[in-house]
Amino acid sequence: MSLSSTLNGSYLTPRLRINKVLPYFTSHTETHVSPKIDSSRTHVNYEVKEDVAVIRMNDPTSKVNTLSVQMQNEMIEVFNEVLANDAVQSAVLISSKPGCFIAGADINMIQACNTSEEVTKLSQEGQKMFARIENSPKPIVAAINGPCLGGGLEFAIACQYRVATKSKKTVLGTPEVMLGLLPGAGGTQRLPKMVGIPGAFDMMLTGRNIRADKAKKMGLVHQLVDPLGPGLKSPEERTIEYLEEVAIQCAKGIVNKKISLTKEKGMMQKVQDYVMGIEFVRQQIYKTVTAKVMKMSKGLYPAPLKIIESVKAGLEQGPDSGYLAEAQNFGKLAMTSESNALIGLYHGQVACKKNRFGVPERPVKNLAILGAGLMGAGIAQVTVDKGIHTVLKDTTVEGLSRGQQQVYKGLNDKTKKKTITSFERDFTLASLTGQLDYSGFEKADMVIEAVFEDLNIKHRVIKEVEAVIPPHCIFATNTSALPIKDIAAASIRPEKVIGMHYFSPVDKMQLLEIITTDKTSKDTTASAVAVGLKQGKVIIVVGDGPGFYTTRCLAPMLAEAVRLLQEGVDPKKLDALTTGFGFPVGAATLADEVGIDVAAHVAEDLGKAFGSRFGGGNVEVLKTMVEKGFKGRKSGKGCYVYTPGLKSKDVNPDIEDVLGKYKLTPNPLVSSDSDVQYRLVSRFVNEAVMCLQEGILNGPVEGDIGAVFGLGFPPCLGGPFRFVDTFGANKLVEKMKRYEEVYGNHFTPCQLLLDHAKDSSKRFHK
Amino acid sequence: SLCTSNIISNILPPVSLWTGTAVRYLDKKESVKPVISTGSEQRKVQTKSKKTLAKPGVKNIVLVEGVRTPFLLSGTTYADLMPHDLARAALQGLLHKTSLPKDAVDYIIYGTVIQEVKTSNVAREASLGAGFSDKIPSHTVTMACISSNVAMTTGVGLITAGQCDTIVAGGVEFMSDVPIRHSRKMRKTMLALNRAKTLGQRLSLIGSIRMAHLTPELPAVAEFSTAETMGHSADRLAAAFGVTRLEQDEFALRSHTLAKQAQDAGLLSDVISFKVPGRDTVAKDNGIRPSSMEQLAKLKPAFIKPHGTVTAANSSFLTDGASAVLIMSEEKALAMGYKPKAYLRDFVFVSQDPKDQLLLGPAYGTPKVLARAGLTMDDIDVFEFHEAFAGQIMANLKALDSDWFAQTYMGRKVKVGAPAMEKFNLWGGSLSLGHPFGATGCRLVTTVAHRLLKEGGQYGLVAACAAGGQGHAMVIEAYPQ
Repeated sequence: MSLSSTLNGSYLTPRLRINKVLPYFTSHTETHVSPKIDSSRTHVNYEVKEDVAVIRMNDPTSKVNTLSVQMQNEMIEVFNEVLANDAVQSAVLISSKPGCFIAGADINMIQACNTSEEVTKLSQEGQKMFARIENSPKPIVAAINGPCLGGGLEFAIACQYRVATKSKKTVLGTPEVMLGLLPGAGGTQRLPKMVGIPGAFDMMLTGRNIRADKAKKMGLVHQLVDPLGPGLKSPEERTIEYLEEVAIQCAKGIVNKKISLTKEKGMMQKVQDYVMGIEFVRQQIYKTVTAKVMKMSKGLYPAPLKIIESVKAGLEQGPDSGYLAEAQNFGKLAMTSESNALIGLYHGQVACKKNRFGVPERPVKNLAILGAGLMGAGIAQVTVDKGIHTVLKDTTVEGLSRGQQQVYKGLNDKTKKKTITSFERDFTLASLTGQLDYSGFEKADMVIEAVFEDLNIKHRVIKEVEAVIPPHCIFATNTSALPIKDIAAASIRPEKVIGMHYFSPVDKMQLLEIITTDKTSKDTTASAVAVGLKQGKVIIVVGDGPGFYTTRCLAPMLAEAVRLLQEGVDPKKLDALTTGFGFPVGAATLADEVGIDVAAHVAEDLGKAFGSRFGGGNVEVLKTMVEKGFKGRKSGKGCYVYTPGLKSKDVNPDIEDVLGKYKLTPNPLVSSDSDVQYRLVSRFVNEAVMCLQEGILNGPVEGDIGAVFGLGFPPCLGGPFRFVDTFGANKLVEKMKRYEEVYGNHFTPCQLLLDHAKDSSKRFHK
Repeated sequence: SLCTSNIISNILPPVSLWTGTAVRYLDKKESVKPVISTGSEQRKVQTKSKKTLAKPGVKNIVLVEGVRTPFLLSGTTYADLMPHDLARAALQGLLHKTSLPKDAVDYIIYGTVIQEVKTSNVAREASLGAGFSDKIPSHTVTMACISSNVAMTTGVGLITAGQCDTIVAGGVEFMSDVPIRHSRKMRKTMLALNRAKTLGQRLSLIGSIRMAHLTPELPAVAEFSTAETMGHSADRLAAAFGVTRLEQDEFALRSHTLAKQAQDAGLLSDVISFKVPGRDTVAKDNGIRPSSMEQLAKLKPAFIKPHGTVTAANSSFLTDGASAVLIMSEEKALAMGYKPKAYLRDFVFVSQDPKDQLLLGPAYGTPKVLARAGLTMDDIDVFEFHEAFAGQIMANLKALDSDWFAQTYMGRKVKVGAPAMEKFNLWGGSLSLGHPFGATGCRLVTTVAHRLLKEGGQYGLVAACAAGGQGHAMVIEAYPQ
């Protein structure tokens, strides 16, 4: 089992690079005939092929191209030379990096600015630069292979024509919103014209990546090029060359008018244009989109609203107002705490996608999973398609077959969505072996057990497994609360025992919490992290202890939630207050998702381990609910009643009786809506800080990432540690002291938090 | 490094000479012949790595005869036949040409790709219909475009194993009619209807039929594992090897030109004439159309649009046709008074990535079979490669001539080299003669035998690619005359 949450994993995704802008440059430039290669330039160069200038970008200092200062300056130089060169009729813009066009810009450039005016100026310079590209008398063809995101996309859509490879790596998008920003170099103005208003809003408000074939359908690119296989050069190298050849043909085609830049509009397009031409319709769209944004973001994220505002300004008041609104809004957003928090999470995520324990001695090629339940099968699902042979073992045919079906369904859904072919699905499934015995375990490099959360069962399993696995094999245990050292006590080689705490549903939740004991060897840790990274996880590595980090932070918050229910707060109200604070899932719903039985189990275990500090709500409430069969979503009833097929849910009417039995009288001094929110959040945050104080956590970055990606801590706050920095430790302590007076040690701030409260210069994040 | 267009220009005049004057070029057919004769004169003095490929203790297996029906564009004169009719014609042609007694065959094997469901073991239906003794077992094999190669090598295996002495192998493909099925939904409903017991059940099933049920299911020309059509893959392959449109059109024109010359000169002696029931007698392939570079250049790409290079004209076309060969142990052939045409020697089957290397079978098979036989590229006098697409042939030639490719993908230290164009597909190929998938393999082997006889060479090499990323190559040795 594990903590379940429906935190929308796509809200924050990896690979973020933000839009950035190119400095404006003056239009009177020196004319000098193009040197073929200017050796003084390191990032951008060009060569003239017949009458086409092929401009190649390559940042030699990085795996990806970003619109860094250097890149921009050289690009300007080259662009001027190309414009001035009479031998050049057109140009192709291409990256010489296999697998990356432009991933965006250096976030640090914006973070280096101190005022919104500075950022606005950056934006305006970029707008002007791209305006020049857009108005270039010599057509420019963007040849796209690999990510074309943020500023890269804005650059590309300023070009006259776009050719993209149909590679899986080629994605286009405007992920700025995920960093609390907006496309600030003309994106909000050009996209609506290019892909229509609804399409543009969809791109900019979700920030999602768009694959090349979809981009072609949307009108974002004009032509697609197939990736090539082996030839006389490596596939990657030849594919770029081929892309360049096709792009050159296009550039020539535009010049000699064989390719028209004004495309024939289809009937649908004409109808859509007509409809969008009606002001009333547009107003309705703004209204609908705004309402949707407000519903989803609870108004906690300013960027989506500013995006709508900028688009609207351009469409309703003309380009001058539009570009101005975009630049000003960009400046404003860059200074918001939300953007700061989201950028912090981005950096944290990048850091948690690295293996700080080095390369393991031997890679895991054969992985065995014990228990084909939701977790076990979920782990198999994210492993089997990574080139790891996966054994899924259960004790019953029914259990195993349910698990196998789960893995199949996961892959088959991808087939239905056409992200993989049916052949790829079958080929992947060929790496999965389902079995009831331990045959083949002598070849296992790692065993992950996901059996029932009972120490005795775990001990039995570890002994059985150690009898059959080879000496190098790692034994990982997927538990959400049992201390690893207690499980390892039954092991004959504790240095090979480690905790791997997955979150449910495993294929959706990005976090993996790895738990090491004093005896866990560094190589074991390195290996577990390597497997997790292969599975696509964001990883935090924490110390051993009851509840580790994530469960330990969640438990006091849930205890508080139970107390609030006992105090008469309606589950719906409780949910509204938590989501209103920025949690993607309300506290009552979260309890149902986790499972009331699990919550009861954890509350009891951690209550024993940490004593009265973990009190609050009465565990008996949960226990009584379990007795009555209200185990949460899985049993159809919990705080709510779940009807299959129905999305809406009603409060479980029978819960009244249970709560009535344990009714508490609320103290009006600490029961305002805001107090309810801070009672929940402060206990969470205090526990997180205490984990850092006790050395369970390696640092605040992992603490923030774990809380946001594993527990759904509000992303707009950036995690508990950034929240303390932004909100002010002293203010938080002040609130807690007020609650402490009423409820006692449940709200006693830990020493580290007190230290920060005392000295305002102390911050978790620099 | 390789410049294939230069190699071609050994046979064809350089492009610059005949750009805009293709018609004039077509009149200069003699430009091909001198090269051939020069080639064979040189070959006579050439010393071979091996005098013969006969191995002690291994039975010599010989090709006694090979025939084929004329290969026709599908939808033409054969349109109303069934696949086994074509196979029957080939078998009867073989019987006629060899005067083989109808009960003297031990086993009959046929290759085919798109199966007519009524005659799924087309070998059996055809052999019965061709009048062979009903005591002769027959089975059908399939391996895409190398199906009849599998039929032949299966026969070789049976002889080597001592099971049989006389084998008839062949292949057939009939693209004028292909099984078009009801949709899966409709099939399911119809099968349920079969099992329905009451009128009510039947009516309710019939009532469940919707428009969507009526959408037919066409046999896919696409690779099952990748969902990519072969032409699309060929275009990507050509691009991967940097094969230009011009090179492909040149090669296609060469194929048609050489096929026409061979047809006119009566070299295609494996073609039998066939009185098609209800129609005329056909005696010639009808897809040979020497055109001009201008005409070829006008065509738009057929698969990758708009920048692809593979067109209808530089691809093989959908063809109806059948072939048959008589394969025997040498002793048996001699005992029966036959004069064998060639020895069938070493062969290999290869397979690789069905996505990016779908059509590279010849590049992988050629070095492997040469190594097996202990021969070098120079030892080979006659090359017959299956021409699926001009771009595919050029890509294979470039792959064979690339050290980088040999090292990176074939685990070889050096390249084996590209075949000399003056030995290569001199009587046309699949691009011009046509390509009935299941039947082409036997045509290739028979053509090698006939060319060895005609040109006086000793060793010939057959290579072909097939869907699924598979391939085949075989070495054939001339029978001493």
